[in-house]
Amino acid sequence: MSGHSNWPEWIYVGVVIALMVWVGAEAWETERLIEHVPEDAKTIIVTGQQWFWTFEHEDGTKEIGELHVEVGKAYKFEVISKDVNHSFNIHDYVVLMDAIPGRVNTVWFAPDKVGEHDIQCREYCGLIHYNMRGTLYVTEPLS
Amino acid sequence: MTLELAKPRPIWQIMFSTHHTDVGLLYLITSLTFLFLGGSLALGIRAELFYPGSQIIADSMTFNRIFTVHGTTLIFLFIIPFASAVGNYYVPIMVRYKDMAYPKLNAIAFWMIPPAGVLIWLGFADFTWYATPPYSIISAPGPAADMWIFGLKILGISSVLGALNFVVTILKCKHPDMSIGQIPLMAWAFLSSSLIIIVAIPTFAAALLMLLTDRLGVSGFFNPAMGGDPIAYAHLFWFTFHPEVYVLVIPAIGMMYEIIPRFSRKPIYSYNSGVFAFVMLSIVGFSSWAHHMYATGMSFTEKTVFMVGTLAAVPASAMHVFNFVATMWNGRIRFATPMMWAVGGIALFFSAGAGGVVNSAMPLDFTTHDTYWVVGHFHLFVMGTIAFGSIGYLYYMFPYVTGRMYNETLGKIHFVMSFIGTVLVFFTQHILGLYGMPRRIYDYPPIPEWIAMNQIASVGAMIIGISMVIFLANMIHSSGKGKPADTDDPFGLGGKYYYPFEAKNPSH
Repeated sequence: MSGHSNWPEWIYVGVVIALMVWVGAEAWETERLIEHVPEDAKTIIVTGQQWFWTFEHEDGTKEIGELHVEVGKAYKFEVISKDVNHSFNIHDYVVLMDAIPGRVNTVWFAPDKVGEHDIQCREYCGLIHYNMRGTLYVTEPLS
Repeated sequence: MTLELAKPRPIWQIMFSTHHTDVGLLYLITSLTFLFLGGSLALGIRAELFYPGSQIIADSMTFNRIFTVHGTTLIFLFIIPFASAVGNYYVPIMVRYKDMAYPKLNAIAFWMIPPAGVLIWLGFADFTWYATPPYSIISAPGPAADMWIFGLKILGISSVLGALNFVVTILKCKHPDMSIGQIPLMAWAFLSSSLIIIVAIPTFAAALLMLLTDRLGVSGFFNPAMGGDPIAYAHLFWFTFHPEVYVLVIPAIGMMYEIIPRFSRKPIYSYNSGVFAFVMLSIVGFSSWAHHMYATGMSFTEKTVFMVGTLAAVPASAMHVFNFVATMWNGRIRFATPMMWAVGGIALFFSAGAGGVVNSAMPLDFTTHDTYWVVGHFHLFVMGTIAFGSIGYLYYMFPYVTGRMYNETLGKIHFVMSFIGTVLVFFTQHILGLYGMPRRIYDYPPIPEWIAMNQIASVGAMIIGISMVIFLANMIHSSGKGKPADTDDPFGLGGKYYYPFEAKNPSH
């Protein structure tokens, strides 16, 4: 301490620590809420493989590269992989979960508007990683 | 300092020398060579991404190879050897010893780098600098992947040997009249980063061996088809490479601690807080590795622990920024080229850190993870902070190494262009990430926002590219024909710089 008191730095460090505590607490609280999967969520099995996505609904219907869901319902994705690591991503709904062979990772969402959204792979998986894309269709309920 | 070019010597005298300034010069030239090689790959990437569709790179495999080698080169063959170059020149002088503690080991550590560089460049692997299994095991083509693994293995050993040498030189060979609390902050930086290397690197060295045997099919550590777990690799990798981030950044911060007080003509605001922040960073740096893995399906508790560990590193980094600003406060600042680079580097260090807080907050990370946000974020560290600090220091040590002055105007043009370019490329990439563009993609759909921001980034990259050509011309020309420097006070700051003990090279 080159011969002078250092209180401005301690105040500054205190402010930084307070900010980090605030960021951490907010993040903890938000993450705790969004990790809570609703009871009535329908399960969709998402399979990543080089280089396309397959979706299997609860009733056994399968879709490739396209996913149709109904607005206002909650869906739980069980993300798996058949070969290398992928990452299932619907950016508009902040859905992101790695597809890792040998593991089942879950993530959920509840679309609130009718529309089309991009599905993409966000983990490097080789040759066609750049085009491992799909489309999410959020439709009105059929019944 | 030793004058390398004022008194020309045959090249083999330098190549087979074990003297610390000679080894330093070898490190310096090697690292700058790889800076330009790796940088030109970056220009290729930016040119390709200027517009959707194929521009200058024929296929995605080539593109994937290019960004893999770009990252590997600039991290392992530019940043780390450059820090070793500066450390070799300065650490023995700063602790007042005649050389590094183990001169032969020092030369060996250097001479491991060129073969490793050759392996990486001849192989040109495609599995990213992260080499994730199972892709790297079952999908990545050999022999490129195996050459990369061997290259990294050699570089890891070289780093550990170099780090041991720095630790022993600083702790055991410092002048008996000096206490550890009197060595310059830059020597503290090398001590901290070397200790991190010694603790962190062996983990990745083990993971690399496992990766190699997995590729050979004789083991299945990370291969789910043989009962292994890819996530185990991710933990081993990041246990080494998150602390490695501090290995890269701490020497650059140390270089700024040399430049900023000198050009502000004021003593450093607080030596103790600088030391404290270095030591803190090198400890806390080990508590945050899995923040790279939030999206791999970690439990809520794991994510919370690593978020707290990450946020804990922020105050120590912020202390460095405070120290720099407080040192400049009321100083008689002379904005010569090295000072401009250092101050620009601090501004970008602050921005990079602020972006890092966003990544570390769990819910926000799911927006930014593996998008261009992350690319922009870590490039603000590696380019904006580390390369800025390093290039600033290169200008600073140039008169001592060559005995001549660089061209000050060209140096300033280099800084201004690089700073503008860096802001254009990497700030824009943050926003591009928020729009959802994944990293490591060869082509992208024609989404208007993506196109616009990719074009801004590519233009920024070309500006940096041009500035680097100016830099190269300035270095080459000035080292031979620049005007002779006053090595007591090359920057006209008044007073003799404080090295009490000059390096004595026996070959002079």
